[in-house]
Amino acid sequence: MKVLVVGVGGALARKVAIRLREGGHSVIGLDRRPWWDAPRDMQVHEVDIRKRAAEDVFRRERPDCVVHMATVNALSAAGEERARINMGGTRAVFDHSVAYGVKHVVFVGRHTYYGASADSPLYHTENEPPQGIGSFPELADLVAADLYAANMLWREQKLNTTVLRLVYTLGPSRTGTLASFLRGKVVPMVFGFDPLFQFLDEDDAATSIVAAVEKRPRGIFNVAGPPPVPLGTIARVTGRTVVPVPEPVLQQLLGRFGFPNLPKGALEHIKFPIVVDASAFKTATGFTHATSEVETLARYKRISPV
Amino acid sequence: MARDEAVRDLVDKLELPFNSLGVDPYGVSKKHLTIFFRMLGFLYNRYFRVKAVGLENVPNRGRAMLVGNHSGGYAIDGAMVLTSMLLEKNPPRLAQGMVEKFMNQLAVSSIWMARTGQLTGLPEHAERLLLDDRLLMVFPEGAKGTAKLFKERHSLVDFGTGFVRLALKTKTPIVPFGFAGGGEAVPTVMNSRTLGKLLGVPYVPITPYGVAAPLPVKMAVHYGKPMVFEGTGGEEDSVIKGYVDQVKTQIAALIESAAADRSGNEAKS
Repeated sequence: MKVLVVGVGGALARKVAIRLREGGHSVIGLDRRPWWDAPRDMQVHEVDIRKRAAEDVFRRERPDCVVHMATVNALSAAGEERARINMGGTRAVFDHSVAYGVKHVVFVGRHTYYGASADSPLYHTENEPPQGIGSFPELADLVAADLYAANMLWREQKLNTTVLRLVYTLGPSRTGTLASFLRGKVVPMVFGFDPLFQFLDEDDAATSIVAAVEKRPRGIFNVAGPPPVPLGTIARVTGRTVVPVPEPVLQQLLGRFGFPNLPKGALEHIKFPIVVDASAFKTATGFTHATSEVETLARYKRISPV
Repeated sequence: MARDEAVRDLVDKLELPFNSLGVDPYGVSKKHLTIFFRMLGFLYNRYFRVKAVGLENVPNRGRAMLVGNHSGGYAIDGAMVLTSMLLEKNPPRLAQGMVEKFMNQLAVSSIWMARTGQLTGLPEHAERLLLDDRLLMVFPEGAKGTAKLFKERHSLVDFGTGFVRLALKTKTPIVPFGFAGGGEAVPTVMNSRTLGKLLGVPYVPITPYGVAAPLPVKMAVHYGKPMVFEGTGGEEDSVIKGYVDQVKTQIAALIESAAADRSGNEAKS
């Protein structure tokens, strides 16, 4: 099968591309960021998905399957530009896929869609609406991209669409929301709160996306592996020191003294849990994680010491 | 009086799927449970000298719903019911309450509620815990129940009906209980909503001596025979209301026997 991976410059996307290639698929990459050490026999197009040249890749290559991993999740990215990439890019992926006979699109989104608050349930199912935008309007573009992708399930009956809502990942790339949180020796937390965090080892995350490509389940699926772990425990087990800071103080610190410049709503995500029920995906694809939460953390401590 | 076994050992005996970090899939932590129940154990055994009757009515394993009355300014009753399940039941069980949202919104309280399995009261949580064969603790009176004044302490306010629908849907036995003594521990003469607003809670109970610190009075909790109703949970309101009334009647009777037990104890001591 010919698979186009959009956003192949990202750490997880590279892993997915290499896995697919090892699995005997013909893989093409597309990203505006370069991938210097890409496998020689893999075509990688250095182009923005929203530009005309990207359409030409669809036109010439006629992939069977497109994996869309070109959404920007980083909260530190500027809002407007991020929204343009997430919305414009997602639209371009689907427009080109429909125009050039792609059979299956896998949209890789995030579980943060469900939002974090004191009254949001543990183990969200796919039926739940996006609560995230209420307390955290900066998430709106990611939620909109997710909903746009999900629209395709009824708008384009001929196209098979899989929308994935993936939990945080942790692994050797040391990138991603959780990894950036664990970057330093000291991990600031909101005093009096310690939410559950759900994460997948990077290898398992790649396995789950490959499973979606190969098993082609139609619909929206939460993707998770081992049960969640409290954030404070994650920090301590990976060798970090937790410093609880009262919320009003932490709010003032954001954007100063080396603290990331996060929107206020982002603090909700380190106060309250977002935990998803991933049983539907497991049933549809047979995916199971290979690395437990304890092994993932032990490995992260080794590869990312402080 | 509870058996004299270290809380740590009782927590170890809980039949919950803890991982090697001592955390279960709902975030319940052995470390936090141990500290939590050591503290509550002191209140249970020494301060309130709780007497629990009918513990054998609570199934040793599998899903069940403890349904009872609120009897004092804040949820001491709930805390004592949880403690009776851990300290006195063999094998010990962790009862999981459905708590008011503000408890999980407040700093510190949020951690302790989450790490001891006391989740925000949502239908999704209740259903999932039951399907996972856990022991759920429900106060169908809700916050209106803890707001009862001293003179209303043995009465019951309106019950919600959600718990019966859920029991029918998940085929869960309801174990009714009556709790007495909470009203004497926190003799509320009025509830201050203004003070509550300042503290981020629904209200603050005011007692004749001002603060709402509980008095060291004896408490009793009586567990009744499990009640099983047949149905799907999709029945009309009038049918459900009938079942709710049956549970309410049982609880009212259990409150009476618990209250009698309490005063009997007091007379002796």
